[in-house]
Amino acid sequence: MSRLIRLDRTGHTELVSWTAEDEESQRAAIRAFRRELDEGMLASATLPDGSAEVVRELPLHADLVILRRPIAGG
Amino acid sequence: MEAGVLAEAAAMPWRRRASERSLGKEGRIWTLWSVGVVLTFGLPAALLVWIQPLAFPVSAIFLAHGIAVLHLQARRGARGVKPIGPAEDPPARAALGLLGDLMAHEHRDLVGQTGLALEHGRLGTWLVGQEGAVLVRPGGRRVHCFCVRVGEAGDLPAGDRVAHLLLALREDEEGFATVANRNFSGSAWRVWVELPGACRPALNRAREHAGNT
Repeated sequence: MSRLIRLDRTGHTELVSWTAEDEESQRAAIRAFRRELDEGMLASATLPDGSAEVVRELPLHADLVILRRPIAGG
Repeated sequence: MEAGVLAEAAAMPWRRRASERSLGKEGRIWTLWSVGVVLTFGLPAALLVWIQPLAFPVSAIFLAHGIAVLHLQARRGARGVKPIGPAEDPPARAALGLLGDLMAHEHRDLVGQTGLALEHGRLGTWLVGQEGAVLVRPGGRRVHCFCVRVGEAGDLPAGDRVAHLLLALREDEEGFATVANRNFSGSAWRVWVELPGACRPALNRAREHAGNT
């Protein structure tokens, strides 16, 4: 099962989860993903080697996609 | 926007992208600056003692001033990182749990003990805190301190702030170093001295890793 989570004031919130077999859950995940990006969040897909990748379309094959806020120089 | 480039770095086209070369250059500039401070305060102090040995106390005060300047610069770098404190409420614990999931197994304990997240990169070994990061360059002798934070972090638990920076670092290391503001570069021991005691094992570990690369 893949998960879309958002880093927020509660620590993190799981917005939606989906599976490869369930197309409805995938559509719901894509809708939630786009909504968050429209609100200014950035998305990061965790890759198997531990690195992360910036994504602008929901990678349905990813196990975990994390939404974060933009960073800035201090 | 180019694939794989940190969105925040792409939004700053006027800033030269950080690289191995630019970090090396910045390191040399910082070294020259430190030598300049030593000479500015050390030479007059030595000259004063040579002219009048009884003026030694005045000379010592002058020299101490120079040493204090060097310490303050290193302290600014060390204290900018801001480690994660104790997780006292459920959101803080949830954030710390997620950060632990994101970390490599061997570095999870280090986050709990020191409040800093260790991450390996191409530029060196990073220690990430709530509002900054320390990059230990390959060899483990030089560090670069960066000031970088979540843009609107007001309501975020400490662990989440670190997770934000860690994700951005993993997405694009050079982009991360481009967005971050530099506040110190110099010998690792100078930062070690200025770090809170609880954070020092993290720098020791990062230096070990960087020393092996």
